[in-house]
Amino acid sequence: MAAFEPKIVAFVCNWCTYAGADLTGTSRIKYAPNVRMIRLPCTGRIDFMLILQAFGQGADGVIVSGCHPGDCHYTAGNYHARRRWILFRRLLDFLGVDLRRIHFAWVSAAEGAKWAELVNQVAATIRELGPYDAFPKRLACRPEAVEVA
Amino acid sequence: MQALQNKARALLEAGTVQVVIGYGAGSDPERVRAVFVRRPEQTSQLIFDARCRQNLATYLLKPEVRALGKPALVCVPGTLRALLQYGVENQLTDEAVLALVVTDGAVTELPRFAAMEEYLAGLPRGLTPEQQAELDRIDSLSPAERWAFWSAELQRCVKCYACRAACPLCYCARCITDVNQPQWIPVSSDPLGNLEWNVVRAMHLAGRCVDCGSCAEACPEGIRIDLLNRVLAREALQQFGAEPGYSMRKEYALATFKPDDKEEFIR
Repeated sequence: MAAFEPKIVAFVCNWCTYAGADLTGTSRIKYAPNVRMIRLPCTGRIDFMLILQAFGQGADGVIVSGCHPGDCHYTAGNYHARRRWILFRRLLDFLGVDLRRIHFAWVSAAEGAKWAELVNQVAATIRELGPYDAFPKRLACRPEAVEVA
Repeated sequence: MQALQNKARALLEAGTVQVVIGYGAGSDPERVRAVFVRRPEQTSQLIFDARCRQNLATYLLKPEVRALGKPALVCVPGTLRALLQYGVENQLTDEAVLALVVTDGAVTELPRFAAMEEYLAGLPRGLTPEQQAELDRIDSLSPAERWAFWSAELQRCVKCYACRAACPLCYCARCITDVNQPQWIPVSSDPLGNLEWNVVRAMHLAGRCVDCGSCAEACPEGIRIDLLNRVLAREALQQFGAEPGYSMRKEYALATFKPDDKEEFIR
């Protein structure tokens, strides 16, 4: 059996991190291929439900990234997002969800190298942690459960 | 009780209010239920004792209750906080409801938000030492133990949404859990759906919950969902100074921000 390779879902904002990751590519910087990027208009749009959905559909780790404070294209979306993350992380921690699998970052459009480093670090962390089997999965993602039903 | 019935009769007879919403006898001696008293001769239905804890503010925003006319509402502290939070969230105008507080056989009328603020200012605030200890006990477990504890708790959820129905601040006309295109939360009792529902419920009440405890009392499975609300309330107070339901001048903590909110977890 092949060694475990983590699936990582990255929710990124259109204006900073997505452009930053683009720069990583155009700068020819190689980084871990484990990440699936989902582009959203703003970190303020990254509903905590999306993070739960990612884990429920088989993600082993999640990255949430957007513009640095003060740089938001919509002025304050990232500030609002940050408040929500503070409470969301607290709730997940209280529930015993593994916080080592959820990473938050500010990556600007000029930080192609930071994006590569971030993904590499997160991939290494999750690779060490192994698959997130403890998190319940969506029924459609559990073929064995569907068959029984 | 007699004082409450007399007050309700007087209010209805004078036409100050069109309906008195209070507690009445339930289906067994353990229970009480909400009663909507619209005629002076029905006021004998009203009771008030230690069983009367359910937050009756829940009913106020429903269109069929609004249609009854101006209400007087029998309030416990959690109900008053809910009314103030309704005011903050522009769900209720000042003087739209007359709050009645029963203490030691006497009834106090609180006709305005300012009077409710003043009354609540005289009561103890924040979590009791027992409530703090409960949260600290769970926090002191390892993440794996916490996960095991909550998995066992949430596994019992049958998605009856009694918690939502009992909560005065769960008043969305269309709840995310009723949305089925896309289906965010599975309707059946399913481990992921149960987790999602309870997380979404707690998160949507974060910084708004007035800690009346009605959700946990309503839960037929006795799941301690009030702990989820309380841990977020404690965090929102520590991080953002949020104390919902005490003042009309306080903003919803998640509708605002400070440039220096703590961010040591963000790279």
